Amino acid sequence: MPITEADIQKIAALAHLEITDEELHTLAPQVASIVAYVEQLNELDTSAVEPAIGGLTPEGERTEAAREDATRPSLGQALALEQAPDPSHGHFRVPKVIAGSEEKENF
Amino acid sequence: MTVPGKTIELLTSEMSAPESDAHRVVSRSLREAERLNDTLNSFLQIDREGALRRAEEIDDDGGQPSPQVSPAGAGMRGIPVAVKDNICVRGMQATCGSRILAGYHPPYDATVIERLKNAGAVIIGKTNCDEFAMGSSNENSAYGPVRNPWDTERVPGGSSGGSAAAVASRVVPAALGSETGGSVRQPAALCGIVGFKPTYGRVSRYGLVAFGSSLDQVSVFGLTVRDAAVVTQCIAGRDERDSTTADVPVPDYASGLSGSILGARIGVPRALLGEGVDADVRARVEAAIDAYRELGAEIVDVELPHAKYSIAVYYIIATAEASSNLARYDGVRYGYRAEDPEDLKEMYRRTREEGFGAEVKRRIMLGTYVLSSGYYDAYYLKAQKVRALIKRDFRNAFERCDAVLTPTSPTPAFRLGEKTDDPLSMYLSDIYTCMTNLAGIPGISVPCGLSTHGLPVGFQLMSPHWGEPTLFRLAHAYEQAHPLTARPSVVAE
Repeated sequence: MPITEADIQKIAALAHLEITDEELHTLAPQVASIVAYVEQLNELDTSAVEPAIGGLTPEGERTEAAREDATRPSLGQALALEQAPDPSHGHFRVPKVIAGSEEKENF
Repeated sequence: MTVPGKTIELLTSEMSAPESDAHRVVSRSLREAERLNDTLNSFLQIDREGALRRAEEIDDDGGQPSPQVSPAGAGMRGIPVAVKDNICVRGMQATCGSRILAGYHPPYDATVIERLKNAGAVIIGKTNCDEFAMGSSNENSAYGPVRNPWDTERVPGGSSGGSAAAVASRVVPAALGSETGGSVRQPAALCGIVGFKPTYGRVSRYGLVAFGSSLDQVSVFGLTVRDAAVVTQCIAGRDERDSTTADVPVPDYASGLSGSILGARIGVPRALLGEGVDADVRARVEAAIDAYRELGAEIVDVELPHAKYSIAVYYIIATAEASSNLARYDGVRYGYRAEDPEDLKEMYRRTREEGFGAEVKRRIMLGTYVLSSGYYDAYYLKAQKVRALIKRDFRNAFERCDAVLTPTSPTPAFRLGEKTDDPLSMYLSDIYTCMTNLAGIPGISVPCGLSTHGLPVGFQLMSPHWGEPTLFRLAHAYEQAHPLTARPSVVAE
């Protein structure tokens, strides 16, 4: 099914992107043509194929990745806040959340 | 004849002479980086002060390597290198070529950076790249395109175009980039240098900004195969901070370089050398195949029946993973934040709208779509299944050969602006490279001459997992017999 501008708007909302009308007009046909291109995968019968999940090699799968559950020093609050746009009292300060917006999205 | 330019080997021997030292070598690099940057735009940041300070420290140590240097770090002492701006270096910027990380300075070094520093390498600057590593021409950078040193009206390739241009212009002998679908091998081919991607899990991704986590690998540019091998040696190996690195010992890549390749079996998938390949590329790659025959290798026909689907698979999997990985850029903890948002959600939406470029938005949308409810099976799951088929194709091929050979890029460097109107035509630049990332196998691009218009062409070799020694040896043998002796017009003195 071809992708419409309405689809793009829904996707943009999911991805927290506030695209302009101009972008909408350009992006919609572009995304549609890419999706049409990737649909060639439907030529293949993959009913008997196990999906490749992730990128690990067999040796990577066998590598023990868990470490001892012991506390270690981490980045620390000062360094963690060093690049913050609006640090305050050891926190990342952000604008308030407005409840009851017209999208009724769950947080 | 040899590859012209100051390789790691040459610089190391220069530095051992009484009239030279790390300070002199690094000064030259810095001077040339600065001099050429208006033309090439390779560097987003050049750290003159830090690099010279580090060079002085190395000279003051009087040739004593740091106690943390393993044999792995040998040969990197005093060597100037450039690092792609999506790899974290403490105290230097990491914009990932994006406005959304303008002014961001990571509070830590990536593992690969720690290892380079411990070995005495000197990072002279951060290089330009396509935004968040998304692109094949370095035209998606928020900080302007990089120009190809061989022809400044043309692209260097991408996404690691800045690092490629820095090495091709002989400002540094080696540089770090990253690959998700070919972003080091493809620019290496377009810029006439060596580009090497390790096996997935060979090199730590800790400190590499994530794009497609099942595909990403820090990768290496070098003037020669030896350069690439020496740098890889330094950075490879298990890292407990990246759980996807494998517990596989790192062999001595440099010592195995000049091993015999008599009887090595090189697999050529003939079906992939047909339509869509530029005639010059085909001619140079066929000549490289002939060269391998002359060097005593056996050429065998192999098939990779699902390789033609790799772009489709890649643009589903990589964009899906990217849509998740780029969710963190929201203006909360670092980077750009939109001004005066009314509420939190508006802050997210406007920050991302204002901070991300067009290609990034396109891929986030695509990725969000293929993962969304109702579409997941049709696209993402389907793509994972075809990925499994591509991996299987390679396993089958490797029963009959030691390495597979193809062109790296279907064309030599194209003009700036030539493919920017059609995203899909740009994506097809990765047709040969992305299958390697999907299979998790290592790959190396080696220069194999110039096109009739004087532009570099590269072929690539791919081996089974952990086949780095085979790749280096095969690539080195070709390079010794057929070094690219031409230099680009924009080049360091």
